[in-house]
Amino acid sequence: MAPHTRSGPAAAELPAATGAGGGRELPAEPPRWHAILAVRPSGLPLTVVVLVLAAMGAHLLVTAPSIQWHVVAHYFTSSEVLDGLVRTIELTVLAMAIGVGLGAVLAVMRMARNPVLSGSAGLYIWFFRGAPLLVQILFWFNLASFIPRLSLGVPFGPSFTSWDTNHLVTPFVAAVLGLGLNEAAYMSEIVRAGILSVDAGQGEAAAALGMKRGHVMRRIVLPQAMRVIVPPTGNQMIGMLKSSSLVSVTSMPELLYSVQLVYSRTFQTIPLLVVATLWYLLMTTVLSWGQYYVERHFGRGSARELPPTPLRRTLDRIGAALARLERATARAGLDKHTGEAA
Amino acid sequence: MTATPAPAAGTDRPLLAVEEVWKRYGDHHVLRGVSLDVAPGEVLCLLGPSGSGKSTLLRCVNRLERIQRGSIRVDGELVGYREQDGRLVERDEADIARHRALTGMVFQHFNLFPHMTVLENLTEAPRRVAGMPAAEAAALAGELLGRVGLADRAHAYPRQLSGGQQQRVAIARALAMRPRLMLFDEPTSALDPELVGDVLRVMRDLAAEGMTMLVVTHEMSFARDVADRLVFMDGGRVLEAGPPARMMADPEHPRTREFLARFR
Ligand SMILES: Nc1ncnc2c1ncn2[C@@H]1O[C@H](COP(=O)(O)OP(=O)(O)O)[C@@H](O)[C@H]1O
Ligand SMILES: [Mg+2]
Repeated sequence: MAPHTRSGPAAAELPAATGAGGGRELPAEPPRWHAILAVRPSGLPLTVVVLVLAAMGAHLLVTAPSIQWHVVAHYFTSSEVLDGLVRTIELTVLAMAIGVGLGAVLAVMRMARNPVLSGSAGLYIWFFRGAPLLVQILFWFNLASFIPRLSLGVPFGPSFTSWDTNHLVTPFVAAVLGLGLNEAAYMSEIVRAGILSVDAGQGEAAAALGMKRGHVMRRIVLPQAMRVIVPPTGNQMIGMLKSSSLVSVTSMPELLYSVQLVYSRTFQTIPLLVVATLWYLLMTTVLSWGQYYVERHFGRGSARELPPTPLRRTLDRIGAALARLERATARAGLDKHTGEAA
Repeated sequence: MTATPAPAAGTDRPLLAVEEVWKRYGDHHVLRGVSLDVAPGEVLCLLGPSGSGKSTLLRCVNRLERIQRGSIRVDGELVGYREQDGRLVERDEADIARHRALTGMVFQHFNLFPHMTVLENLTEAPRRVAGMPAAEAAALAGELLGRVGLADRAHAYPRQLSGGQQQRVAIARALAMRPRLMLFDEPTSALDPELVGDVLRVMRDLAAEGMTMLVVTHEMSFARDVADRLVFMDGGRVLEAGPPARMMADPEHPRTREFLARFR
C-alpha cells in the first residue's frame, strides 16, 4: 500500500544529507500532502473519487430520514433484539462445533484406505454439500412428518425406548442440525486440505520415534495443518453467522426474525434492518479479531518473529503517518532557510 | 594364530540381520534379495548410486515400508511379524511402534517438528511414547543437546536454526529414545558444505561411544575413517562388502570401481 513503509513510529529517519559514506545521495521524499497520506501521485484521481463517494455515502446514512437513528438506538439494545442476538450466537457456536468436529472425523475417514469409510464420507459430502441449505433446514424442521417416532434399540431388531420426534427435535435442535451437518461437509474438505498440506516426512519422523497413528495425527499433523485450516474456518464461521438467519423461515426468533417481528408490528422496517446489520457487522468484526489471535497461536515456529497484533499495527501506521507529517513540515521549514540549516 | 579366542566376537549374534529381502513397488523391483548383518557396536556404511535402493532398505528396517519376501531381524526379533506355531503373524500397531522406538532414524531433510521448540522436539516421544516424567525427559534432552553442542538453543524453533544445527537436533531427538540401532539416510546431503563437519563430528562421537550404526552416505572420508565395513549396493542388490581400506583401494566389482572412481 504505502510506497514508503516504516516499521514504526520510532523508526529513525536517515539524516537527509549525511554524505559520510561517500555514496551518491538519493532524492529526498517530496514534502507534499500525498506523501503524508502515503498515496502515490498517480493514485491521486482515484483516491479523490473514492473519498467523495465515501463522503456522499456517509452523508446519506446520517441524514436519510428513513433510517431514523433514534429508532435504531432505541431498538439496538431492546430485550427482543438482544434475545435474538443471543440465539444467533448459540446457533452459530453449536452449528460450528458440529461442523468442525464432524468435519475433522469425515476428513480422516475420507483419507482412510478402507473403502467403506472413505466411500461413506464421500457420499456424505456429496449430499450435504449438494443439497441447498434452506432445503436441509426445512427438512430437519419437518422431520416428524417423515419419521414420527425415534427409537433406540438393536438395528432392524427390538427397540428399548422411543420418543416423539417433535419432542426430541425441537425447532432449535432442527436448526442446529440443519446448519451443523451442512457445515461439516464443507469443513471436512477444509480439514483434509490442511492435513494434506503437512509434509509426509513429518508423519514418518513421528512414526520412526514410535508414535502411533492417533498420536501422530493429534500432536504432529493437526497442529501444523491448523495454519491452513484456520483462515478458511474463520470465513466459514462468518458465513455461518449470516446463514443462521436462514432459519428465520422456521419462525425461529434469531436476530433477523426478531427484528422482523418488531417491524411487522411498528412498520419501522429500515431502522430495524439497520439494527440487525449493525449487530452482524459487530459480530463479524469480533470474529476477525479472534481469528487473528488463533492464527498467531498456530503460526508459532513458522516465522522468525511473530507478526504484530492488529492494534499494534494500527498504532504503528498512525505513528508513521505522524512522523511523515513532522518530517515534511520540518523540511518545509528547512527549504526556507536553506543556507542556515546545519 | 593365538591360543586365546577373540572375546565374544565370533559368538555375537548380529544386532541387525537382513536376509534375502525383496521389495517392489507395483512391478518395479527395488530390493532384489538383499542380505546384510550389522554386529553390535559396528558402523556400517551403505554406498551406491542414486536409486539403488539404499533409502528403501533403511525404511524397511523401520517398517516404514513392507517387504514382500525375506526377513529382517533387530536383536533377534522379526520386524513386522511374529512367529507363532511356525507361521508368520502380522504384528499390531503397538508392537511395530515399540520396535520403531528402539531404532533411531535420521533423515536427509531433518524432519524436525516445526511447531515445537527444540526441547519439545526432544521430549515429545520420551514423554508420550516411553512415559518418562516431564522433568526427567527435560534433563535427558538437556544432556543430549549438550552432546551435540546445542545446549543454548533448547527454546529455539527449528526454523531459527541452520541446517547443520537442525540435523544435530534431529540426531539428539532420535537418541532421546535410547535406541539400540541408529539409521542415517544421507544425513549431510541437504547441508551447505561448511555445515557438514559439525554433523559428521557428532556421528563420529556416537560411533566412538559404541553405537550400532547403519549409515547411507556419500561422505567418503567418513566412510573410510569411521566405518567398520562398507557395503556397496546397485540395482537393489548388494554387490560387494568389506573393510573400507580394502574396498576403497581395491574394489572387486567393476560397478564398485566405477562408483568409487567418481569420488577421487
Ligand atoms: N514410494 C515409492 N513408490 C514407487 N517407487 C519408489 C518409491 N520409493 C522409491 N521408489 C523407487 O525405488 C528405487 C530406489 O529408491 P531409493 O531407495 O530411494 O534409492 P536410493 O536411496 O538408493 O537413492 C528408485 O527407483 C525409486 O524411484
Ligand atoms: Mg536415498
